[in-house]
Amino acid sequence: MQALDDLRVLDLTHHIAGPYATRLLADLGADVIKIEKPGGDIARQLPPFKGGAPHPERSGLFFHLNCNKRSVVLDLREPAGKAALEALAKTAHVVVENFAPGTLDRLGVGLDFFRRINPALPVVSISNFGQTGPYRDYRLSELTLYGFAGEMYSMGLTEREPVKMAGTAALFESGAAASVAIMGALWAAKRFGIGQHVDVSLAETHFGGVDRRHATAIAYQFSGRKTIRAAGGGAGMPQGIYPCADGYVEFTNAALRPDRIDDMLGHPEWNQDPRFSDPVQRLDPAVIEEWNVYFLTWCLERTKREIWAEARRAKVLCGPLFSMEDLFEDDHFRDRGFWARADHPELGEVEFPGRPFIMGKGGWQLRRVAPLLGQHTEEVLREAGVDDATIGQVLAAGGAR
Amino acid sequence: MTTHKPLEGIRVIDLCVVWAGPFATMLLGDLGAEVIKPENPFVFQPMTRGAMARPPQILLERSIAWSGGLPRNEVGPRPWNYNPTFVSLYRNKKSFTVDLRRPEGKDILRRLVAVSDVVYENNAVGTLEKLGITEEWLREANPRIILVRVPAYGLTGPYHNARALGVHLEAVMGHTLLRGYDDADPSANTAIYSGDYMAGAQGALAVMAALWYRERTGEGQTIEIAQAENAAAMFTQAIMDYSLNRNVQGAIGNRDVHGRAPCGVYPAKSPGTAATMDDRWIAIHIENDDQWQRLVEAMGSPAWALDPRFATNEGRAAHHREIDEGIAAWTREREDYDLMHQLQALGIAAAPVLEASRMFDDPHLRARDFFKTQTVRDAGTHEYVGPLWKFEKTPVEFYQPPVCFGEHNEYVYRELLKVSDEEYAALQAGGHIAEEYDPSVP
Repeated sequence: MQALDDLRVLDLTHHIAGPYATRLLADLGADVIKIEKPGGDIARQLPPFKGGAPHPERSGLFFHLNCNKRSVVLDLREPAGKAALEALAKTAHVVVENFAPGTLDRLGVGLDFFRRINPALPVVSISNFGQTGPYRDYRLSELTLYGFAGEMYSMGLTEREPVKMAGTAALFESGAAASVAIMGALWAAKRFGIGQHVDVSLAETHFGGVDRRHATAIAYQFSGRKTIRAAGGGAGMPQGIYPCADGYVEFTNAALRPDRIDDMLGHPEWNQDPRFSDPVQRLDPAVIEEWNVYFLTWCLERTKREIWAEARRAKVLCGPLFSMEDLFEDDHFRDRGFWARADHPELGEVEFPGRPFIMGKGGWQLRRVAPLLGQHTEEVLREAGVDDATIGQVLAAGGAR
Repeated sequence: MTTHKPLEGIRVIDLCVVWAGPFATMLLGDLGAEVIKPENPFVFQPMTRGAMARPPQILLERSIAWSGGLPRNEVGPRPWNYNPTFVSLYRNKKSFTVDLRRPEGKDILRRLVAVSDVVYENNAVGTLEKLGITEEWLREANPRIILVRVPAYGLTGPYHNARALGVHLEAVMGHTLLRGYDDADPSANTAIYSGDYMAGAQGALAVMAALWYRERTGEGQTIEIAQAENAAAMFTQAIMDYSLNRNVQGAIGNRDVHGRAPCGVYPAKSPGTAATMDDRWIAIHIENDDQWQRLVEAMGSPAWALDPRFATNEGRAAHHREIDEGIAAWTREREDYDLMHQLQALGIAAAPVLEASRMFDDPHLRARDFFKTQTVRDAGTHEYVGPLWKFEKTPVEFYQPPVCFGEHNEYVYRELLKVSDEEYAALQAGGHIAEEYDPSVP
């Protein structure tokens, strides 16, 4: 038994944030019916592809976003597609969609459509800037999301342009936030019979997020202070990113525990200077520079793994900068069984991150790999009691892919 | 009529520190759970209610704004109540004080666990064990309890005892080598804590899933969120590229990880410089040839942009720096918001890179009534950033402003735990019940 295996999610999302939100529910057992347009989710067109060449069934991104889901291709412009959607909505506990606001209404399958079918059915809409307001129809991408609503302004070098996170990290964060909203809507429905619309603005999930933007705004309200853009390199004792024998290590000395640094370095005499342990003097750039002379030498004589081992022993905040190769080969994650493996008809044997977290009961399982386009159209529609004629029309429309 | 909240009646004990744990419990509080934070008047948890209980003024001034920007730039009498980072994570929560290191304090926690649903903690592995707060002890107090633990790398494995903030575990998961300028070494990277967002949001999800499971089976359970493992999904493209192709990706600056070009951050007309935090930038992402043509027209079809090499995405990606210079020359004399509206009208993803204070002037956020006014006893009345989602019938309300230390001592001890006057007085005399840190705490 999985925690959410009594739930069916009608998933009208595509690209990254929406599918990630529903993937998290699918991982815990929800039956996520992924509705794709003829031609498929745009994530099928996004790299990385196995072998490098674009192919709708070989995207590693699509794969990781859509494991544990079933794919149904519906052309929602056609009556048969709408009829099939109606049948599916009757069996669903929640609808999740991330079309541009107004798109589903124009197709006649918006909020009113679902309300007519089942007034108690929660509908969660994920969009760039929300369902209302002057930017309602504005476009958004990873770059502009993090730039506008996340903490990008303070990221990078003062004299250069602000710089974003890796990959599409901001969209994944928004997806995680949206999964909480979906569960909130499901709980309201389960406990109080409340069917409602939930408006998730990707921008607002970042304005209100934990990674500094929110606190930075409050600090401004409190003090008028703003946060300057500044690199984290080598700010001292130790703080920031330092080179070492085979790469880089990142340190934070936020705990104000010079004794632990002494222990890590094994040269307590380096820290004897009283200025090094005074909470105020230790912020002086000249003092930091003196201290860094010792520290850099120590780092450059050691590998990132050696440094981290010493830091772990001494309980110092530290992390080596791993490449993907380092990560995949690392024993810790192998020992813990973090990596999942599965066979996929187009990708072959795939290794990928497994459970997002470990539940003692009812947690993550890999029930099926990411679906081929329309792989489950017939199966799912038959389960929902859709008649043969409609199924035939749906398949014919989807067959044009 | 009072509106229902999805999680009303669910009680969560917040044994959290720093960011990842408190973010999860705040989301649960936003959905209506009653979140109660036990705090110790004799122990200051750094990076939760600030860097120190009583920081010297100069430490505030030298700290980054989100950590040192206290009201009126003064330490004030109780700085732990208005540290901006703390305040950003402690709305919709209650606080009471108790010293868990002493048996009578631990007994108070046991009694609270007995009437609660969830215990959430993200301390360094071993911290709770040292206090004798184990899974077994909790389950004895309440067999149906849901315990969430959020270690950095997991409760097992070679790194289980590694100390880490988000920035360290993200380094291990590859983020620090994958982000930042493509022409600078990684030491140009500013610290980042996106992993705290991921683990926080998914911690709230995990709690709601475990409650769902409990509703169906009657059984509580323990959840382990290894933050490093949880963060991995954010780097899906790089992870899957290595998995499928053994290709090791590196930093790409502001480029699109999916290769659509141009994608960059360009200078806009600025009232000042980066040093005064008055520099302005516009982020622009062109996702197809058609959008590129519209951008070229918006720029007035300058000769450089009509270069046939730039007609295809492949050509634009190959000559990205050249294109960047051309776009920057056009954006430099224009206002960032004007550029956004002009380009968005053409269907192009463009937005200012907002310095945080400017969000309060944004007409869209105003139109959506995003900000909420709250009064914190020791900090005064201010506008705060709003919730992450808008629920039509169970709206997220800020019913409890960011909580002061020990603000709910009376409620927790007397109403909830029905502690007698005699016992209350004894706990008070023992220093358990306080609204300030003990003077011995720096």
